[in-house]
Amino acid sequence: MALIAELRLCQIGDSVEVLSSDQGSASDIPAWIAKVRHELVSVEERDEVWHIIVKKLK
Amino acid sequence: MTQKILIVGGGLAGTIIANGLARQLYGELKRGEITVQVIGNSDTHLYQPGLLYLPFGRVRERELMRPERAILHRLVDFHLDEATHIDVEAKVVSTRSGHEHSFDYLVLATGSRLDFDAIPGMAAGSQCFYDLDGARAMRDALENFDGGRIVVNVNVPHKCPMAPLEITFMLRDYLAKRGIWERSELLYTFPIGRLHGLEPVANWAAEHFERLGITSETFFNAKTVDAQKRVVHSEEDVDLAYDLLITIPPHRGAEVIESSALGDGGWIPTDRETLLCEGATNVFVCGDTTNLPISKAGSTAHFEADTIIDNLVSLVSGGKMTSRYDGKVFCFLETGFDSGTYIWFNYETPPHPGPPSQMIHWYKLAYNRMYWLSARGLL
Repeated sequence: MALIAELRLCQIGDSVEVLSSDQGSASDIPAWIAKVRHELVSVEERDEVWHIIVKKLK
Repeated sequence: MTQKILIVGGGLAGTIIANGLARQLYGELKRGEITVQVIGNSDTHLYQPGLLYLPFGRVRERELMRPERAILHRLVDFHLDEATHIDVEAKVVSTRSGHEHSFDYLVLATGSRLDFDAIPGMAAGSQCFYDLDGARAMRDALENFDGGRIVVNVNVPHKCPMAPLEITFMLRDYLAKRGIWERSELLYTFPIGRLHGLEPVANWAAEHFERLGITSETFFNAKTVDAQKRVVHSEEDVDLAYDLLITIPPHRGAEVIESSALGDGGWIPTDRETLLCEGATNVFVCGDTTNLPISKAGSTAHFEADTIIDNLVSLVSGGKMTSRYDGKVFCFLETGFDSGTYIWFNYETPPHPGPPSQMIHWYKLAYNRMYWLSARGLL
């Protein structure tokens, strides 16, 4: 939800990094990105925190 | 020397804080040692959660409104005006009328606004009960509805996150009571892959949707609305035809927050425990105005207000801030015309919605009237 709201404020080509302690984010966000057709740049877990970087394409 | 506390925003958050301060600092205000001032852009205080009932004719409109001046403590100065610039460094707030208000401590409680412009066609093609005119228009639209597909379309960010579910459950009862449920469809859309941002609430809602025959489309973020063809098109390239479209549009924070460069989208970066504006030691943020990833709800603002009141009282008395906001939120959740449930949660504890009951529904109706005691700082 916070990612969608943040992307609304971004310009095309901007990237957003999501930090989440919820493992569900690591699967939910890529699923939405595939559907909406933005770019999933990376998904990494570091110290039990998921770092997910998304690039706005449209 | 007089210490000045200035509150920008005369909604729920600003009003509760002003009254709470006036009650705790009565002597200091009386002696002129401290002033509490509110800048608000409306002379009428609206109990927004009550708008949920208006489209169904289940509340008296006049019960939702009181004069702001009458709710505020008599020792609070109220300025009916609009903040146009906030200079945190210079400790000055400028207003539409040309006044400049200096402060020692500032509370920003400027709330949120509906951003229909973010989605072309949405204003013309949909109904929205989140403001007074919209709720009235939705009441008229429902009177003219005689069956077909109602789409309840939720977008982010939005305040009062239980309200979209509540209106859906109440619509289900409304259609049944009018005898047109058999020739109607109720379709609820949500931006992420479930029915609510809070996973336990989403799972709970899914069970009740199935029981009641309410359908859903997830991963749906409205992009455009074609009011002529009555189709809502999503960012995910899904088209949904509708006979009646009820939307919760994306929200933005107040314009003055954006124009004063205090936060993107009008949301101010805020410390989640002290509720201080990041980088400041004398500027607090309350309610929808924060950028915290928690519900933008009346109860959030109320619990945050309690923290801010205690800390401000301590600071102006020469003490230290000891109160911390723990993320507490409490929401009633109507599940129809005659039943309801509730949830509470905080930063550490997830919500667990219980089974709906008539008693909780009645308690919510009672709270709708007791709200005025909360606004006055008594409850």
